[in-house]
Amino acid sequence: MFFTQVLNGLQLGSIYALVALGYTMVYGIILLLNFAHGDIIMVGAYVSWLVMAQLGLHPVLAIILSVAACTLMGVLIDKVAYAPLRNAPRLSILITAIGVSYFLENGAQLVFGADAKVVPAYTDIQTIQLGGLALSFPSVLTVLVTIVATVALTIVVQKTKLGKAMRAVSEDMGAARLMGINVNTTISFTFAVGSALAGIGAVLYAMAYTQANPTMGMMLGTKAFVAAVLGGIGSIPGAVVGGLLVGFAEVIVTALNLSVWKDAVVFLLLIIVLVVRPTGIFGRTMNEKV
Amino acid sequence: MEEEVMTEKRPIISAGGGPRLEGAARKTLPMPVRYAINAVVVLVLLVLGELMIDGGVVNRYQSTVLEQVGIYIILAVSLNIATGYLGQLPLGHAGFMSMGAYGCSIFIIRMSEALGVGARDFVTGTPLALALVLGGLVVGGICASIAGIIIGIPALRLKGDYLAIITLAFAEIIRVVMLNIDDVVGFDLTGGAAGLTGIPGYSSFLLVFGCVAVVCFLTHTMMKSRHGRAILAIRDNEIAAEATGVNTTYYKTLAFVVSAFFAGVAGGLYAGCVGVLQPAVFGFMKSIEILVMVVLGGMGSMLGSALSATVLTILPEALRAFSEYRMIAYAIVLILVMIFRPQGLLGSYDFSLSRIIERVMNRDFPWARRAEKGDEAAKEVGADA
Repeated sequence: MFFTQVLNGLQLGSIYALVALGYTMVYGIILLLNFAHGDIIMVGAYVSWLVMAQLGLHPVLAIILSVAACTLMGVLIDKVAYAPLRNAPRLSILITAIGVSYFLENGAQLVFGADAKVVPAYTDIQTIQLGGLALSFPSVLTVLVTIVATVALTIVVQKTKLGKAMRAVSEDMGAARLMGINVNTTISFTFAVGSALAGIGAVLYAMAYTQANPTMGMMLGTKAFVAAVLGGIGSIPGAVVGGLLVGFAEVIVTALNLSVWKDAVVFLLLIIVLVVRPTGIFGRTMNEKV
Repeated sequence: MEEEVMTEKRPIISAGGGPRLEGAARKTLPMPVRYAINAVVVLVLLVLGELMIDGGVVNRYQSTVLEQVGIYIILAVSLNIATGYLGQLPLGHAGFMSMGAYGCSIFIIRMSEALGVGARDFVTGTPLALALVLGGLVVGGICASIAGIIIGIPALRLKGDYLAIITLAFAEIIRVVMLNIDDVVGFDLTGGAAGLTGIPGYSSFLLVFGCVAVVCFLTHTMMKSRHGRAILAIRDNEIAAEATGVNTTYYKTLAFVVSAFFAGVAGGLYAGCVGVLQPAVFGFMKSIEILVMVVLGGMGSMLGSALSATVLTILPEALRAFSEYRMIAYAIVLILVMIFRPQGLLGSYDFSLSRIIERVMNRDFPWARRAEKGDEAAKEVGADA
């Protein structure tokens, strides 16, 4: 029983962590709270539903297409809505992001209807035996995928040339441009990676909750965002820790039979952390230039 | 660099009076006359509206829509204090609104039971019922300002995005509390998910637009005062404002609390207009809806907020057939406005009747001035040559 709850916490936390990574990366590079990030997950879940339930194709294809659609969506949103505002006041970009989120949600509602769609199971294996314990296969898979994705992301950011460019742009966009880094490509790449992670998150979410609805991205996105802020926005380990923290907080509250309060608890956690440490657990304090 | 781009460079809201004319002294209106003129105009408009409703020119449905318009004007104008004048981005305005709505309606329901005021008295408007309603609105405003203080003091230590997200979080907490508080406290307070019912329909055209006038007047006078200038200084450059001796924490909290108070009053009026309160109504989307009004109208422009609140409330009613596309249209318009006119449709322009009267008195018309400017430009060119 206890072990199941821990696994549940890990599973939920992993999904939040994957989504939070996208928030953190985009914020790290252009200081934008990408409100539309949660809705990209919704798009991914709908693609899975379309491919499996409507077209009856193989789940692996559904996973690939979902991740691809999310990646494309992220880059497209950046090019259409955020790129023209690169030098605009940050408030304007933030409001644009809210507009994009609004657009995706209502667009999905118009196209697919307001009711939830059932996403078929990706796999027939429901449990795996591990030394006498019956573990839920989707949970184990979720945790494993998250570990792999986080490690891969860290390697990309720390070891590759594009990762170096990303870090340079987030440090100082102007100086990076002078050093010959193509800032726009780098930003697009950041959106692509963040959205691909959101796509993986979408598949894992649909695996856990087997449904897609137009507003699913809002709560999931908001909570993942809370996770990113908790961990210290802009920090990759912070996003993972924040995600796990939020996941475990929710599972504990639910286990205590107080599930109606779980949203409030998550947000309260955010307020407390921000009041005590305004930049989050792993956040760097940015000095203000006068 | 990051902090600089957050605050947009905007001119301080119009200080009244156009450019000085050389030579003859410019004729001006003394302040009491200005206030008198505006008061008369507002009264005439209120009486006119009431007569139209009484005379049946405006039917019941239309007058309800009008009340909604007034309520959204108050909401937009109050959010504008925090967004346009203070330069922050609170995403939890609906939370303040719900605090006001619940505070006001619970007060009125309980007090009318205790004092034996029937639902009919609110419609006919007995003095006791009227006093109750006004008291309720103030109670609603106070409830919202308490919420504003609770969230404002920790939130305002944070900047920009963090403030946005913490207000969002707080509004969600309020919503969850409203939804579940009955189970915890064990008695009938908010009615939970089913909603709070039995709220007397005390909102009327006169009450709502009377409140609109009072809110606009108070906001205007506050922004024209020393305190208003301090708030604008914080928006334009917080560090510079602090360096010149503006108590930034105090003024940020002040602007925040005033904004919350008015939102609470609007919430109280909303409760009286709709008659049923459900926590789900006051979600994130409601906050966004109000924000859209402020942003579209022009951040820092009261006229802009009021106009876009009016248009965005009436338009969906007029276009009921296209209600599915409404939200998408909202979103697209929001994105387009941000890309092509980030300062909003009216920017920070504000309407001033006295300014127009003064212009007429001085025969200082825009078209005349344009010609003059052309002359000046010509002169400058001449001087250069």
